[in-house]
Amino acid sequence: MKLLTCPMNGPRNIDEFQSFGPVRARPDPNGTADREWSRHLFRAENRKGIVVEWWRHVPSNYFFLAERDLVSNEIIRTFDASQLRERA
Amino acid sequence: MNRLPAPLGSRIDRSRPIRFSFEGKSFEGYEGDSIASALAASGQWVLSRSFKYHRPRGILSMTGADANALVQLPSEPNTAAERTPISEGLRVCAQNVNGSLERDRDAVMDRFGRFLPVGFYYRTFMGPRRDSWLKFWEPMIRRKAGLGVVDTKAPHRHFDKTNLHCDLLVVGAGPAGLSAAIAAAEAGADVILCDENPEIGGSLSYGRYDPAVLFGLTSRLEALPNLRLLTGTVCNGWYEDNWLPLIEGDRLHRTRAREVILATGAIEQPAVFRNNDLPGIMLSGAAQRLIRHYGVRPGQSAVVLAANDDGYRTALDLLDAGVSVVELVDPRSAGEAGPLEAELRGRSVAIRKDATIEVAEGRAGNRHLARVRIGGSWIACDLLTVSIGQTPAWQLPCQAGGKVGYDAGTQMMTITLPQGPVHLAGAVAGTDELQDAIASGPRAAATALSRLGHAATVEPPVTPKAARPRYVQKIVADPKGRDFVDFDEDLQVKDLQNATKDGYREIELVKRFTTVGMGPSQGRHSALATARIVAEATGRTVGEIGITTARPPVGPETLGVLAGHQEVLERRTALHARHIALNAAMKPVGAWWRPYYYGDANSAQEAIREEILAVRQGVGLLDVSTLGKLEIRGPDAGEFLDRLYTMAHANQPVGRVRYCLMLNEMGSVIDDGVAYRIAEDQFYVTATTGAVARVYADMLFWNAEWRLKVDVLNLTGAFSGLNVTGPKARMVLQALDSDIDFSRDAFPYLSGRDGMVAGVPVRVMRIGFTGELSYELHCPSSLAPSLWDAVMAAGRPHGLRPYGLEASRILRLEKGHILIGQDTDAITTPDELGFGWAVSKKKPFFVGKRSIEMRARLGQTRKLVGLKFPAGSRNIPGESCLVLRGGAPVGQITSIGYSPSLEAHIALAYVHVDDQAEGSRVTVKCRDGELLEAPVVAHAFFDPTNARQEM
Repeated sequence: MKLLTCPMNGPRNIDEFQSFGPVRARPDPNGTADREWSRHLFRAENRKGIVVEWWRHVPSNYFFLAERDLVSNEIIRTFDASQLRERA
Repeated sequence: MNRLPAPLGSRIDRSRPIRFSFEGKSFEGYEGDSIASALAASGQWVLSRSFKYHRPRGILSMTGADANALVQLPSEPNTAAERTPISEGLRVCAQNVNGSLERDRDAVMDRFGRFLPVGFYYRTFMGPRRDSWLKFWEPMIRRKAGLGVVDTKAPHRHFDKTNLHCDLLVVGAGPAGLSAAIAAAEAGADVILCDENPEIGGSLSYGRYDPAVLFGLTSRLEALPNLRLLTGTVCNGWYEDNWLPLIEGDRLHRTRAREVILATGAIEQPAVFRNNDLPGIMLSGAAQRLIRHYGVRPGQSAVVLAANDDGYRTALDLLDAGVSVVELVDPRSAGEAGPLEAELRGRSVAIRKDATIEVAEGRAGNRHLARVRIGGSWIACDLLTVSIGQTPAWQLPCQAGGKVGYDAGTQMMTITLPQGPVHLAGAVAGTDELQDAIASGPRAAATALSRLGHAATVEPPVTPKAARPRYVQKIVADPKGRDFVDFDEDLQVKDLQNATKDGYREIELVKRFTTVGMGPSQGRHSALATARIVAEATGRTVGEIGITTARPPVGPETLGVLAGHQEVLERRTALHARHIALNAAMKPVGAWWRPYYYGDANSAQEAIREEILAVRQGVGLLDVSTLGKLEIRGPDAGEFLDRLYTMAHANQPVGRVRYCLMLNEMGSVIDDGVAYRIAEDQFYVTATTGAVARVYADMLFWNAEWRLKVDVLNLTGAFSGLNVTGPKARMVLQALDSDIDFSRDAFPYLSGRDGMVAGVPVRVMRIGFTGELSYELHCPSSLAPSLWDAVMAAGRPHGLRPYGLEASRILRLEKGHILIGQDTDAITTPDELGFGWAVSKKKPFFVGKRSIEMRARLGQTRKLVGLKFPAGSRNIPGESCLVLRGGAPVGQITSIGYSPSLEAHIALAYVHVDDQAEGSRVTVKCRDGELLEAPVVAHAFFDPTNARQEM
C-alpha cells in the first residue's frame, strides 16, 4: 500500500485518504457557454505529466494538495492549500 | 513402509503416530508429516487425477506449488497435500475424480485427447444457438472439470490481522536470505526474516550440504534479538512503498518495510518427454525433501536425469537412502569429470553422457512409472528424478518492478530490479553455487544498510563463477503426445505449437488461448518451457518472448485471511438502551440501529398503525439522533451557506429555521436539512443520516478553495435529537421545567430557541416532517437519556407514545415529504421535485446554479407526484415499479405505503411532465405485470394547507 505524507499528520497509509481530483481552473459560471460548461463538468483532462491534486485525510477531514507524476505514480510533494494561493 | 531411519526425517516425530484417511482408506503417519509424505511413506503415490485427461498424478516438487497435489479436506478444497500437515482423524479426499481416484470413470478422456485440441472450448461450444454455452455446455463442463468442493456449512475460524514495521524484511530463509538477515541485524538494523517452510535453511535443510553451514548460521541468528523470525509464513505479494502481506496460518501481518531483500530462490523445472507426468517421476528436490524432511524413501529402483551438480548430489542421496540407482543420465556432452561424478562411479553407478530420457511408460492405467527409454533401450525403474535446470522465482521481484530477461550466453532467465528499496540475493539473483549464494546475502544487506543510513561498505557485485552455460533441453513434440508442458492444464508441446500456428505469437495471447500457466501453479513449472517453445516456433529469442505478468497474490490465500475479523461495525444512539427496554424491534439503517416499531413481532402491523394514529391524534416521540448535525461558525457563516445551499441564509434572521437544499455541480439534488441561525455568526445545520459524512467533507473541500472565515464542526455523534410531535406536543413540553416559552406566538413554526428543558441544555427547532405540530429537541448525547425520561414522564398523561421508523416513513409520505436518495436519484433537479420555491432566484451564485439553469433550458421530462390507489385494489405495486406512458417507461414509484389516516395506499412517483396535473391518470406496472391505473393527487395527501404543523 502506498504511503502519502499529509502536511498535518505525516506519512500515513493511502487508505486513510480520499482523492478529490486535480486542481482545475473554475470557469466563471455566468460567462461560460453551455458547451464549455458541460466540458468543464464532464470532461476531465488526463494527460501524461505532473498534476496537483486535492487530497483529504479522512480521519481529520483535512484538505491539502499533492503533486503527483501520473506516469510513475510518484508523489513528488504535498503542501497546505494556503501555499497554492501564495503561488498564484 | 518406505520409512528411513533417523536422523533422516527432520520434520517428523516418530514417537507420535497419527491416523488419518485418504479416499476412505486408513493411513498412518507421524506428527510433522505432510499429507503427501505420509501417503508416500505408505506407498500411496497417486494423489489426484489431472484436469483434462484424468491421468493419475502425484508428487512433483514437494514445495506445495503443484496443481496435481491439491486435495479436498472436509471444510477446505484445493489444499496443498505437500505442505498441509496431517492431524488425527483427518479425512482427505482426491479432487477432480469421477468415481474414485483408483477407478476414475473419466480416465477414458485420456484416449479421446485428439478430439480435445487446444482452444477446443472456444471453437466447439459457440453453438448451435446463441445461449448454448450458458444453458447447455457450461453446466455440463463445470460438472466434469473444476477442482475442489466448497463446504458452505464449514464452521467459522478465527482469522486476524496485525501490523508490522521494520527496517529490513528478508523474504526467504535459505542460505542467501539467512546470511543477508544476519548481516543486517548484526549491523544493528531491525530485521524480519520470513520463510514459508516450517524451518529455516531452504536448500540447506534438504540438500546434500555440510550440516555445519546451517548450524553456524542458526547459532548466529539465535544471538540476535533484533531479528524476528517468521517461519511457516508466506509473503504473498509486493505492493507500493514496500507494503507486503505476510500470511502466517490464519493471521495476516501487514508489513511495512523500509528496505526489502528478496531471497526467494529458484524453481526446478521438469523435463519434457512422453509420459513425463507419471507418478514416480519427480524433481530431484522432491526426492531430497522426502528423504531429509520426512525420512521417506522415494522409490526402490531409480534412474537419475542430471544436467547439473544437484542431480549428481541427488543420486548420492538416493544411494545413501538405500535406493538402487540403476543409471545416471546426463544430457550434456562428456567433459571433465568432477568429484561428484568420481564418487558416483566409485559407488558403481552407471553414468551415461550425451543422452536423455526419450519416453517413459507406466504400469496398468498409468498409475506409476514402470520403465524409461534411453538411447533406444528400456530400463525398468519406479523412480525418475529430474534435475535439468531452474528458473529464478520471479513472482515477487516482478511485482516490485523487476524485468525478466534472458541471458543467451548462460541460457539463464535473469531478473533486473530498478535502483530502489528492493534487492535480490541468492538463486533468484542468478547465483548457482552455495558459496556464491551465501556471499550474495551480506552484499545485498550492505546496499540496504547504506540506504538506511548505516555506515556500511557496499562491495561491488561479484560475477558468479558459475558462468558456464546451462543445459537447455531441446523440446520436440512427441508424435504420440502426452509430453506435458503444463501439468495443471494438461497442455502438451503440440498444443502450444498449434497455438502459434493459429496466429497467437505473443506470450500473453498464447497464455489466454491455451490457458498455459493459468492453473494453480501459475506457470512455475511451465513458463520457461513455454517461452522456449514459442521462441522456437516463431523464430525469435527467449528474451523477446519473455514471461507473462505475475500479479499478486503469489500463491493461493483463503478469503478468511483477507476478511479478518467478522465484526460488523454498528452505531447505536445514546437512547439505544431505552428502546430495548421499551421492547423496540431494532433494525439496521446503514451503520445505525434504529427502532422499527415498538412491540412484539406478531402484532407489528397493529403497533405501527397505533404509532401513526398517536402522532396524528395525540403525541409521539421519535429518536432522530442519527440525523447529521453540523455547526458552522465564523463571520462568513451566512455567506458560506449561501454558496452551498439553494436558499438564502445570509439574510436569515437569528432565531429562525430555514429549509436547506444542496445540489452538486451538475445541478442534482444531493441533500437536504434545516439551518437554524443561533447567532449572527453561528448556524446549526442538519443533514440526512446517510449523507452527512459526505456533506461534511464537501463543505471543507469547497472552503479549501473559497477560504471563507468559517469553521465546520461535525456534531452528529456528540448531539442527540428527540422529535416531540402531534397535536398535544405543546402541552407535553409546557409541562416540563423550562426557560423556553413554547406558546404559538413566542415560538412560531420554523423558528429555533436555545434554553434548558428538564435541566438539560437544548436547541429546539419547530419543523414538521410529520406534518403535525413538532418540536425537535437537540442536546448533548450524554444527557439524552435523562431528557428522554423527562419527556416520557411529562407525556404520560397525554398518551405520548414513542414511534419507530416505519411509522415515521408513513407519516412523512402522507405529507408528501421526500427522502433524499429514496425519492431522488443521481439526476433529480429541484424542478422535478416541485421545489422551485426552495431555489433562490436572487443569489448570484450557489453550487449547481449554472447547471440547473442550463438543464431547465433543455426541458423537463418528468415530475415527482403523489398517486393514490383506490381502496380495495387487489394488486398494489412496489417501490421501483415502472410508470408507463403509451407503453413506454417514463418514471417509477419511489415510495409507497398504506396510510391509516387516508385508508388507502399512497405513493410518490415520477410521471411524465405532461401528466403532473392533479386528476391525470397514469399507468403503473405491478410486479406481476398487471397494469394499474391511478390518479395523480396533491403532493401532500394529508392536510394540504399545512394548518396542523403551523398551529
